[in-house]
Amino acid sequence: MEASVLLPNLLLFAWLLPLASFALILFFGPRMGKAGKGASYVATGAILCSLVLSLSALMVWTGRHGVWFDEHESGSAHAKEGAHESSEKGEPVKTKHAKNEEAAAKNASKAAATTAGKNEYEGNWYNLVGFGKLKLSIGWYIDSLTVIMFVMVSIIASCIHFYSIGYMHDELHEVTDHEVTLADGHHLHRPGRFHRFFQYLSLFCFSMFGIVIAGNIAMVFVFWELVGICSYFLIGFYFERKSASTAANKAFIVNRVGDFGMIIGMCALFGALGTFSFGGKDGIFQQVRPGMVDGDEHGHALRVPDGMVVAAAEKSIAAGQTPDAKQISAWRNSGLGYGLLIVAGLGIFCGCMGKSAQFPLHVWLPDAMEGPTPVSALVHSATMVAAGVYLVGRFYPVFTPEVLLVIAIVGCITLFMAATIAITAVDIKRVLAYSTLSQLGYMMFALGVGGWVAGILHLITHAFFKSLLFMCSGSVIHAVHTNDMREMGGLRKKMPITAYTMLVGCLAIIGAGLPLVAGLSGYYSKDAILAQALLHRDYNKTFAALFYIAAGGAAITAFYMFRLWYMTFSGKPRNHHCYDHAHESPPVMWIPLVVLSFFAIFVATPSLSDFRNPASGPLVNMLEQARPPGTLAAQTGAWAKVTIPDEHGSHHHDYHVPAGLIAFCTAMSGLLLATAIYCWRLVKPEEVKQMFGPLYSFLWGKWWFDELYNLIFVRPVLAIGHAIAELDRLGIDGVINGSARAVMGFSNWFDAWIDRTFVDGSVNFMARKIFGLGLAMREIQTGRLRQYVVLIVVGTVALFLVATFAIAR
Amino acid sequence: MPDLQTIGLSHYLIVGAIMFVCGAVCMATKRNALGVLMGIELVLNGANVNFVAFGSDFLRRNPAYGIGLDGQIIALFVIVLAAAEAAVALAIVLNFYNNHSTVDVDRADELKG
Repeated sequence: MEASVLLPNLLLFAWLLPLASFALILFFGPRMGKAGKGASYVATGAILCSLVLSLSALMVWTGRHGVWFDEHESGSAHAKEGAHESSEKGEPVKTKHAKNEEAAAKNASKAAATTAGKNEYEGNWYNLVGFGKLKLSIGWYIDSLTVIMFVMVSIIASCIHFYSIGYMHDELHEVTDHEVTLADGHHLHRPGRFHRFFQYLSLFCFSMFGIVIAGNIAMVFVFWELVGICSYFLIGFYFERKSASTAANKAFIVNRVGDFGMIIGMCALFGALGTFSFGGKDGIFQQVRPGMVDGDEHGHALRVPDGMVVAAAEKSIAAGQTPDAKQISAWRNSGLGYGLLIVAGLGIFCGCMGKSAQFPLHVWLPDAMEGPTPVSALVHSATMVAAGVYLVGRFYPVFTPEVLLVIAIVGCITLFMAATIAITAVDIKRVLAYSTLSQLGYMMFALGVGGWVAGILHLITHAFFKSLLFMCSGSVIHAVHTNDMREMGGLRKKMPITAYTMLVGCLAIIGAGLPLVAGLSGYYSKDAILAQALLHRDYNKTFAALFYIAAGGAAITAFYMFRLWYMTFSGKPRNHHCYDHAHESPPVMWIPLVVLSFFAIFVATPSLSDFRNPASGPLVNMLEQARPPGTLAAQTGAWAKVTIPDEHGSHHHDYHVPAGLIAFCTAMSGLLLATAIYCWRLVKPEEVKQMFGPLYSFLWGKWWFDELYNLIFVRPVLAIGHAIAELDRLGIDGVINGSARAVMGFSNWFDAWIDRTFVDGSVNFMARKIFGLGLAMREIQTGRLRQYVVLIVVGTVALFLVATFAIAR
Repeated sequence: MPDLQTIGLSHYLIVGAIMFVCGAVCMATKRNALGVLMGIELVLNGANVNFVAFGSDFLRRNPAYGIGLDGQIIALFVIVLAAAEAAVALAIVLNFYNNHSTVDVDRADELKG
């Protein structure tokens, strides 16, 4: 069957299976086995089927398009060193699936190169509504990025489902929540919620797949909100805890701020372009980058779409007239409509900023760690928060250089700020949360400086190693029952598998490797980002600081990650009670760790034949296939003086080599510093803390963002709310209560008056009259027998007379 | 033998009316309960005289009207009724006497309004 038929159908089932599992657990969850244990099997089975279907889709994709990226297919004028030849010779290393698939993929790649054609498939399954121009449909847009995301999400989700079976086993019976004290002083007792956890996980997987497969921005938005609500449910899983319910609310509300921007962006796009869909002849991408059909190799340059020009020039168009092409072209050249395009781009990015917790809206992610650890691993590090990055990547053709500059700056601020906060955090999950923030900042930064593949590659590699790190931390928490790293130490001997898989994760995240030779997955993605940043620095001297901050951030990353590892696993135990109690987790928990650490090491590995070239790996090449149009030529902003360089420029030795060395040196310096302080104990951490007292408290206070937002947003809103409530209470309630009281008083009085005067009056009147009549009649009843006799006689005579004289006549 | 033609129905009716009036006056004037009972007997028998007179073939101007003994039979009924009434009335008088030590009907006014 054709790939264009197979792919949507395979992914459709991969997408809908978790929904089926959700529905099943929703209705039958508590009755599934003992205490709902069966729910975990249903959910895990569904996600495993999704995994198999996603892998099949990957096979179909590689069978049609090959693993190897073909320059001519994407229309690039650049010659890329090495990668091209590598597809024809040698045995590539494939990390995603079994070796026997490789041969088929390799053979097919040649065929794909000759039958160059579409690199994406799009279409609609179902039209929800259509009002004139407005069409809302359930559709698909599948390119290699979609397929890769599907495989990534389903692998990680499967691992986490297995892990959760072990991690959540406490929920199988009655739970006593020691963090919740009831009014009577006892701890909260509640029934376990095992099935509910898996129900939410399934719903989440469905929603996440929905975002990835969505063929239009409206559908993305729907699933965007669905993952948001899943995140809300899962953060608030222990909703009896005040901190958890607050964190869930915070995450939800902060995301609303971003989504508001996203709606503005969507309105700008739809209002001007009249479509929501990505691909297709009238799709957003085609309108913004018309070179896609013209066949012009360099013609993917951004062009303000006609719709936006017309929208911007509305004032100069007479009513009822449609401007001709020449007029539109003249307006376009005068710069009309460009601002609208920037608004659309910034709006969409706003949504991504909320979901990916970028700088002004980052505050929710650390608090989201109140959820169970598997949730942190799946939702709040690997997939949902990466959805923002994914959407930026998906929407890349629409972003003007100005928007990309904003993205780069926001990403840069986030990565630096979060990294510094992670230095002082002591909660093991919070360190990882800030690390996630920082890495998301790296991804955004990479996309902002023009490194599309670099950013998306980091998304994929980060998803694997960060979910690994979170699951390791969950394993530790499971063993010692505390999040506080100051209570840990020396756990390496007690839980070796967790310790060494976590070490793999740490090495991957700092980008460890032999410079210019090979390394773990993070090594490739981080090098690519830094090389692109270096290239960006050469193009834009004004924004050179971005590169230095990103490079410095790499050092800080290495420092805090190894601080975490040393504090947890090395040295002497700091809390013997915790230490004695600790034990290695059960296999259902540690096997996923091993699986994920395998991916954390190898996912970005280049092909064996061309090992020195980091861009030769199958993953990178598949991402190249999805490269959005317009990124293979430097773009210059019309408004701001910024040039977004072509990404392939950074593969050049002039950038690649220094970037690799810088990355290695910064990472090693951070690692050495952490080792010196926390392993060799050359300097006591307490002394350092005292030396940088104000700085320490600044970082400990998380840059006082919560306090700041509290001051400028929460307090005024609460104050206004209280004022309005007061107004309500005194003014409106007063008036209503007053009038109600007045009406009540009046009607009480009126009621009484009517009652007494008319109702009671008539009844009493009748009674009085009848009583009087009775009294009068009583007088006749004398009791005298003789009188009666006289009366009878007189009466008889009277009757007789009447009968005789009146009636007879 | 007296002339039956001279003594007609009206003579009997006059006797009955006198008896009836005497009885009624007796009932109205006597304070003694037994006197009242006697007045009742007079009234009833006054009525009986009328019945018998109307029922007699001899007293009717046109005997063809008559069909039998209606008047006589009703008179018998009245006599029986009078006996029964006298028995009940005497029992009431006796009880009244037991309660009030008198047979004065003017004292029997407990049921006055």
